[in-house]
This record gives sequence, C-alpha cells and structure tokens, in this order.
Amino acid sequence: MALLTCKNLSVGYDGVAVASGISFSLFSGDYLAVIGENGAGKTTVMKTVLGLIKQISGEIETGDGLKRNEIGYLPQQTAVQRDFPASVWEVVLSGRLSKIGLRPFYDKEEKRLAEDMLEELNIAHLKKRPYHELSGGQQQRVLLARALLATRKVLLLDEPVAGLDPIVTTEMYETIENLNKKGTSVIMITHDIAAAKKYANKILYIGANVFFGSKEEFIKSSDGKIFGSAGRNKK
Amino acid sequence: MTEIAERLYYGFFYLPTGIYALIVSVLVALCSSLLGVTLVLKRFSFIGDGLSHVAFGAMAVAAVVGLTNQMFIAMPVTIICAVLLLKAGGRAKIRGDASVALISVGALAVGYLLMNLFPSSASGSISADVCSTLFGSYALVTLTGAEVWLCVVLSVVAITLFILFYNKIFAVTFDENFAVATGIKANLYNLITAILIAVVIVLAMRLVGSLLISALIIFPAISAMRVFKTFKSVTLCSAILSVICTAFGVLLSVVIDTPVGPTIVCVDIIVFFAFWLIGSLKGGKAK
Ligand SMILES: Nc1ncnc2c1ncn2[C@@H]1O[C@H](COP(=O)(O)OP(=O)(O)O)[C@@H](O)[C@H]1O
Ligand SMILES: [Mg+2]
Repeated sequence: MALLTCKNLSVGYDGVAVASGISFSLFSGDYLAVIGENGAGKTTVMKTVLGLIKQISGEIETGDGLKRNEIGYLPQQTAVQRDFPASVWEVVLSGRLSKIGLRPFYDKEEKRLAEDMLEELNIAHLKKRPYHELSGGQQQRVLLARALLATRKVLLLDEPVAGLDPIVTTEMYETIENLNKKGTSVIMITHDIAAAKKYANKILYIGANVFFGSKEEFIKSSDGKIFGSAGRNKK
Repeated sequence: MTEIAERLYYGFFYLPTGIYALIVSVLVALCSSLLGVTLVLKRFSFIGDGLSHVAFGAMAVAAVVGLTNQMFIAMPVTIICAVLLLKAGGRAKIRGDASVALISVGALAVGYLLMNLFPSSASGSISADVCSTLFGSYALVTLTGAEVWLCVVLSVVAITLFILFYNKIFAVTFDENFAVATGIKANLYNLITAILIAVVIVLAMRLVGSLLISALIIFPAISAMRVFKTFKSVTLCSAILSVICTAFGVLLSVVIDTPVGPTIVCVDIIVFFAFWLIGSLKGGKAK
C-alpha cells in the first residue's frame, strides 16, 4: 500500500487554483522528484500535502501506518527569517517538539537523539553557533536535522540545493541519497532535471500538463526536454 | 547622597505601597519583555501599539460607566481585539496593517471624546485624567490594594504560561509552517500569545500609560538582540534588562521627581544605545 496518494488534486489560494489534475503516489523507499517551472505551483502542492493549506478539490490519503503529521519538511529557504536569534541546537531540537506533547521541556532522551542527529549530518561542531550566521549549505543541514528528528518515514525537501555552490550541492544530494537508502522515502522539489534523473526513481512534473511516472517513463516520453514548449506529456 | 536616600525613603519605602508599586512594576516589566521577543520577531510590534490604544478607549468607557476597577472592562475588550487583530494579521498583510490603524486611532478618538463628554467626578480635571491614561500615573504609589493583587496574580500567570510554553512559542515563532506540518497546534499558541499580550498591555497601562507601553515591550527585546544571538540568551537578557531598567526608572523618578512612565522609557532608550554600541563593536571585531 502507498504511504501517500493524491488523486486529481487541485491546489491554490482563496479558491483560485494554481495547479490542478495532480495525481501521484509515494511508496515506501521511493525517491520522488517534483519538477516544473518557477511559479508552477510545486510549493503549493507540497504545502497542501502537509496540511498547511486546504486543497480546492481532490483527495489526499495516507496509508501504510503513515500519519499526515509524520512528514518531515525542509522549507524553501526564504521561509525562515533572517537575523532571527536562534542557535543551531535550538533549531534542531525544535524538530522533536511534536513528540513532547504537554510536557514543557525536552528530556534527556530527546536531547541525546538531537546530539546523534548532529553527528550523523556532520554538524556537531556548529551546535552553539547562531543559525543565521551559517552558510547556506550549513543552514540546509541544520533544517534537515530538524526534519529528520520529527520523522524518518517521509522527508519532503523544497529546493534543498537552491543557492548552494556545486560542491555543497553534491554533498547535499549524497546525504539525501544515503537517507533514502536507509529507508526514508523522499519527495524532493527541484529545478535540477539532471539530479532528478540521477537520484529519483519517480518523477512528478507540474506545469500546463501534469506527468507522473517512473524515471524511465519520464525520460522516454519527454526525451528530457520537459521545460518549455517541448513538455508535451500524457496525463 | 543622604538627600537621595531620604527622598527614596520618604517618597517610596516609607509606605508599604511604595514597595508594592516596585514589585508590580518589576513583574509587569518582566511579562512585557518576555512577550516582546516574540512580538518583535513575528513583526507584530504594531499590534502591541494598536492594542494599547484599544486599552485606552476601554479604560475611558470604564471611567464613564463609573467602575472603580477599570481593568474589568479594559481586560476583556483588549483580549478580544488582540485575538481579532492577530487573526487579521495572519491572513492578509496589508489589510491587517490597515485594520490595526483603524482600530487604534478609532479607540483613541472615542476614548478621548467620552472622557470629555462625561468627565469623571473623582479627579475633576480632564487633562489630568487623559494625561495619566496616556503617559501613566505620575507616581505609582496611587495603586490600590486590589489592583496590586490583580497585577501580581495576572503577571505570575502570564510568566508561568510563558515558561511552560517556551519551547512551543520558540518553534511557532521561528517557523510556523514546520510546526504546523509536524502537528503542533500553532493557532492555539498564537491565541495564547495574543491573550498574554492583551493582559500585559492592560497591566502596563498603569505603569507607563497607553502611549508608552510599546516601548516597555519592544526596547528590552531589541536591545538584547543587538548583542545576543540565541533565543534563550535573548529572552533572558531581555527579561533581566527590563527588570533592571524598570526598577531603576521607578526609583529614579522618585529621586529626581519625574513622571514614572517616561523615566522608565528613557532608561530603556539609554540602555538600547549602549547595547547597540556593544553590538556594533562586537560585530566589527568578528569580521
Ligand atoms: N501565499 C500565497 N497567496 C497567493 N498566491 C500565492 C501564494 N504563494 C504563492 N502564490 C502563487 O501561487 C503560484 C505558485 O507558487 P509556488 O507554489 O510557490 O510555485 P513554485 O514553488 O512551483 O515555484 C505563483 O503564481 C504564486 O504567485
Ligand atoms: Mg517553490
């Protein structure tokens, strides 16, 4: 059974659709790349999947024991304020917040999990640094650590490498690939078609037409020229 | 030196009410600085300003009706407005801004009009009434026993709530979307924040008056942010600064015989410049 299934989803703001006819499903272990031009509505679709905004029509179902709030989320970078006073430790630990329920503070176990996560993502040395003084790549790792502390089942990444230099980009992709191999299902929004073809096993294209299928189907149907007028795909 | 001590003693500590006044001001300062951090970070400072005018209007209505304890009207009215404004602010940015301006200017005008139409018999002078509502009482010793207790209880409740929800408030302020996505009831914490803000504003009315409340809420937070870079250190620093500045301001106002509210705010301003300087020096060295 699929972890996540969207059927004929139509999404937008205040009743006005920005993208519609979106159907896809995510199975355990999948690496789904979501591609499409700027403003096509990729972020909006994902916000809808996360329950941050309501869909206009269509259905979102979770299965295989996944709950709607068990999707870890790495927002598009602009979502987090600049100059916000927060240490790396504070940010990472806040990923655990949904697990503490009515308790006001984190316990030892939760702090240990957060320490381990810092180690795993190689950012332990940044623990006490202010978040907003880090480089873009370091910030993304911190947010990744936070998302993974919330859940390891499904990870949703909104343009995780936007604005990063090539070396850091490759590192980030490798980190995500490793997580995927360890069993985390990944949904990654990206502009980078080459990366989508390299790492993903399924592809969702959002645009004038919507495509969803395996990477092989995608490559065959579009011959890789998906952006612009060449993007003629079957529904 | 002895003269200062004498002034402090007879003007303040001689009466138990002087001590009460000091305790109340410190508690109110503590509450407002704690919330100030969130308010500034959420870019909601203007809501604090709007609400203080609402509280002014509500106080005026209460005075006209002839209530001895004006908080009983001011408190619920301000809480309701806080909840409404926060909702409006969350939806559409521009309309939220305009609605705050509308409500705040409206409340100010209606309040002043009411005070003129129905002058309260007790104090006799409208301008004195208006002045003390806008800029705070001249001296805090005028607080009655019931007011002191109400202030103490509400402040302690506000501070306790803040500590209990500290981690949640941080998460919702830092990244509301992430919090909601992982199942945190952000709306609930926004509501709690709004109610706390309203409570603090009504409490602080007596201390610094409705026009100066924003200063009490904002100055300690932005001073702390000049120098400190983590949420915990900013919150702690802001609380400590606010308590020290307020206590110092209250005592200073007795010694140099100035109105309490503006004295506190001036101390806050001086401290802000000091921290701004420290912050720029530190920043300069780091680079
Ligand atoms: N909060 C919002 N309210 C109204 N419209 C929005 C909002 N956010 C984005 N949009 C609009 O929705 C469309 C899709 O945006 P988005 O989902 O961010 O695109 P993408 O992530 O694919 O670049 C854009 O035209 C954008 O202007
Ligand atoms: Mg986007």
